[in-house]
Amino acid sequence: MDVIFDNLPRYLAGFSMTLQLLVVAGIAALIIGTIIATMRISPVPSLRGFAAVYTELVRNTPLTLVLFFCALILPYLGVRLEYSVFAMIGLSVYTSPFVAEALRSGINGVPIGQAEAARSLGLGFGQTVGYVVFPQAFRMVIPPLINVFIALTKNTSVAGGFFVVELFTIGKELANANGNAVIAVLLGVATFYLLITIPLGIFAARLEKKWVVAR
Amino acid sequence: MSGSVLFDAPGPKARRLSLILSIVVGILILAGLYWLYTILAAPRPSSGGITLPGMFDPSRWDVFANPDVWTFIWGGVVRTLQAAAAAAVLALILGVVFALLRTAKSAWIRTPTTVILEFVRGMPVLLMMLFILLGFSSGAYWAVVLALGLYNGAIIGEALRAGLASLPRGQREAGLSLGLRELQTRMLIEFPQAFRQMLPIIVAQLVVLLKDTSLGYIVGYPELIRSTMNNLASFYGNRYLFSFFAVTLVIYLIMNLTLSWVARWLSKHTDSARRGGKAGKEVPVDPALAIAQASAAARQSEAGGNPGAR
Repeated sequence: MDVIFDNLPRYLAGFSMTLQLLVVAGIAALIIGTIIATMRISPVPSLRGFAAVYTELVRNTPLTLVLFFCALILPYLGVRLEYSVFAMIGLSVYTSPFVAEALRSGINGVPIGQAEAARSLGLGFGQTVGYVVFPQAFRMVIPPLINVFIALTKNTSVAGGFFVVELFTIGKELANANGNAVIAVLLGVATFYLLITIPLGIFAARLEKKWVVAR
Repeated sequence: MSGSVLFDAPGPKARRLSLILSIVVGILILAGLYWLYTILAAPRPSSGGITLPGMFDPSRWDVFANPDVWTFIWGGVVRTLQAAAAAAVLALILGVVFALLRTAKSAWIRTPTTVILEFVRGMPVLLMMLFILLGFSSGAYWAVVLALGLYNGAIIGEALRAGLASLPRGQREAGLSLGLRELQTRMLIEFPQAFRQMLPIIVAQLVVLLKDTSLGYIVGYPELIRSTMNNLASFYGNRYLFSFFAVTLVIYLIMNLTLSWVARWLSKHTDSARRGGKAGKEVPVDPALAIAQASAAARQSEAGGNPGAR
């Protein structure tokens, strides 16, 4: 246990990097995902096609490969950025199709009569989606979105394999330095991850229970 | 919801507008792709004043004419699939065990299992791999297989538990009243049904598992990415980095898209089979009987006390 307390500043430094990755990549993924989801339901066929292809391709690429591209191929192609920025780019691109799918399934979950009613009142596409469908989809979207962010939290650890000094990297270094206390060191790292994932998970489950019944 | 309800059946004007937009967007996308292509294909000056050829130059791709390269890549594919298959079997077994333990009667079994499952599901797979690798000095292969098996086992267990919870209570009661033991009822009556109901979710999780074997790259298991991007690229030099990346990406896409396609097919297949079966049963022969059935079903769903799942 002493290992953890002795190295608490390093743990906290790693944890703050993990949080940065989570927040920046989360917001960026939310923006890209929303754009993709909007394209996916739009009336323009080529936008729909593009969004569908993007979703399928990115979803079926392993995160390791995406981050490899960002951390090693992009510099090779002449892009100069910090590794943490590369990791943020990779994580947000990788997470965006999952966000888009969560949004889309929420929109699809709104009963069709709602959209029909809105249409029959003479609302246009933007009005139907903006005033009627989206507010209802929103509450169905939040629990799956939180689950996407929980997955993102866990995925930030992969960035540790690509030169970003975050919680996982700190754990690896401390485990190498303290060969006699590997389990304690890694349990410490796990605790920090659980500090984010478990409250989020409980929050999502509670919202789900509350909102599913309300419908 | 089909997208078409969101907007009017387009008239001639709107159809023209949509067509024009579609073409404009299509051209923009193609232009973007072409722009990417030209950037990649452009020869790039390097630090020493030498100009390196573009990414699509034949000199960057000639390694693939060598059959040994393909043999090596195939080795990576096999190791990826091997780890994925072993982890999948382990995950399925653990999933059943976890689901059994979590639905156990005694709280002494249920509570610790819940805590362990929360712990396993809340921490990154990569950390678990490192844990097994360093904590048990097991070698990279077992680190990958055990960590993926444990993590996905927890998720599959949760799915199976949800499947068990959504079964009609009568299934279990009927099994017990026939004289089967608790465990027999679980294994012979309930699990097969829960498994079938959750099959699409389980297969989707196995796709995730296949993707996650790539984490072996970080803990040093020579799976596909490590074989191509690390071993081959350092053997043949950085010149081929992009080419190896492109080939790896294509191989992964082929594997994952095939499995996803199977998952989707299964989901559609089982879904339509179930729905078809139900529809066949629910054809009202006698209106009075149909009403009785419907009210019985309504009462059952009330008594089930499980409005969320239904």
